[in-house]
Amino acid sequence: MKFTEEHEWLRVEDDLIVVGITEHASAQLGDIVFIELPEEGTTVSKDDEIVVIESVKAASDILAPIDGEIVEVNEALVDEPSKVNDDPIGDGWFFKIKPSDPSQMDDYMSEEQYMKLIG
Amino acid sequence: MTDELKRTPFYNTHVANGAKMVPFAGYDMPVQYPSGVMKEHLQTREKAGLFDVSHMGQVILRGQSYQDAAVALERLIPMDVQGLAEGRQRYGFFTNDQGGILDDLMFANRGDHIFMVVNAACKEADIDHLRDNLEPDIHVKVLENRALLALQGPSSESVLAEHYPPITDMQFMDVETIPIAGAECWVSRSGYTGEDGFELSIPLAAALDVAIALADHPDVEWIGLGARDSLRLEGGLCLYGHDIDETTTPIQAGLTWAIQKARRENGTRAGGFPGANVILGQMVSGVANTRVGLIPQTRAPMREGVELFATETDTAPIGYVTSGGFGPSVGSPVAMGYVPTEMSAPNTVLFGEVRGKRMPVQVSRLPHVPARFKR
Repeated sequence: MKFTEEHEWLRVEDDLIVVGITEHASAQLGDIVFIELPEEGTTVSKDDEIVVIESVKAASDILAPIDGEIVEVNEALVDEPSKVNDDPIGDGWFFKIKPSDPSQMDDYMSEEQYMKLIG
Repeated sequence: MTDELKRTPFYNTHVANGAKMVPFAGYDMPVQYPSGVMKEHLQTREKAGLFDVSHMGQVILRGQSYQDAAVALERLIPMDVQGLAEGRQRYGFFTNDQGGILDDLMFANRGDHIFMVVNAACKEADIDHLRDNLEPDIHVKVLENRALLALQGPSSESVLAEHYPPITDMQFMDVETIPIAGAECWVSRSGYTGEDGFELSIPLAAALDVAIALADHPDVEWIGLGARDSLRLEGGLCLYGHDIDETTTPIQAGLTWAIQKARRENGTRAGGFPGANVILGQMVSGVANTRVGLIPQTRAPMREGVELFATETDTAPIGYVTSGGFGPSVGSPVAMGYVPTEMSAPNTVLFGEVRGKRMPVQVSRLPHVPARFKR
């Protein structure tokens, strides 16, 4: 698993990358009450704002970590956004992306490096 | 903010309880505790929540008598202060010459003086306003030696009854001096959550003892500003600087109920407060826009500043959201805002623009959650 400075985790699943936010990020956001996901089939570029998360406190964006095509989104989050608080690295995943340039993954942190970042 | 943040007497208690502290009106205040806004909100509606509101201003107005002070205060607020019985409290607001609201407040008849609680962000301006406009023989005293706690929720009465059994005799908006943990507390049966509850003004020396005595009860948890905001939003209560300000009149804000008969047209002491011509005029001729409840029809919250449109395609906004977010007790987004009077009927469907998209939102009655005051 790889991690971004935006507190996303990226897990390789065959030729796809599954993306979600870390436990640290979900704790910082507080109770999540609304999630807007991208459409399946959308082509995205790295750093596009593709997910909106609203907690009781505020709205925040999740950026596309890499270039590629969104092949699947976690529709269950629309009705149950609290899954992101309850199980951020499991049931709380956001989308699966098919990378157009898998080497972009090399830029991201290992778990050890990420743990160091959040202290 | 370059000035150093002030701390309430409970600062260390909040930190020890794991609160996340944020700057608010010049104070370092707890926005939430580890359980989070949602659980804190529901705790208050189901059992009881303890709120540190010591940042708010506590002020005493004293003249030759209560009546003397009341006559003076009536020149600045459109409330019936003279007619308020001893041991009772009322909601009110300072108005300006344009009929706008300078601050909202609570005031009580405590026998020989008026006790007021004003908003933290406005307290210095309010005190200057009182001192500049009241006769020199009306003494304005700011109480720096008392803390303020609010205990809110259905268990509040039984929690306080363990310290003072006759508290059960108090009704909504009653005020009384009551001993708790050995301290003389000025207690009102009121609050700003829509729940039954109490506000306690406590001598500084005893503040921590009283807080511990209350917080130690199994039904009581500390609650931060985050849940205070969602509770008052569901309760349809105005937050000064957001839902009401110097540009909104009490009539537009739907606060006509707070202006008693004596101060209205044909009342025994009609007018005589700043902006009376505007405010009393609007009571007769109506207003162009007014505050309403709003229920977004999708799961996307509509927060302060969201513009409202009559249709999905109109280019000119007709109104705006002044407070909005997720209502934990309602289980969906709730908001309030200003719309043209002709579009203010409940169930009218408008559109709010969120991140460039028009989403349907329905006008509703306030409050979003029925009040549970003990009347």
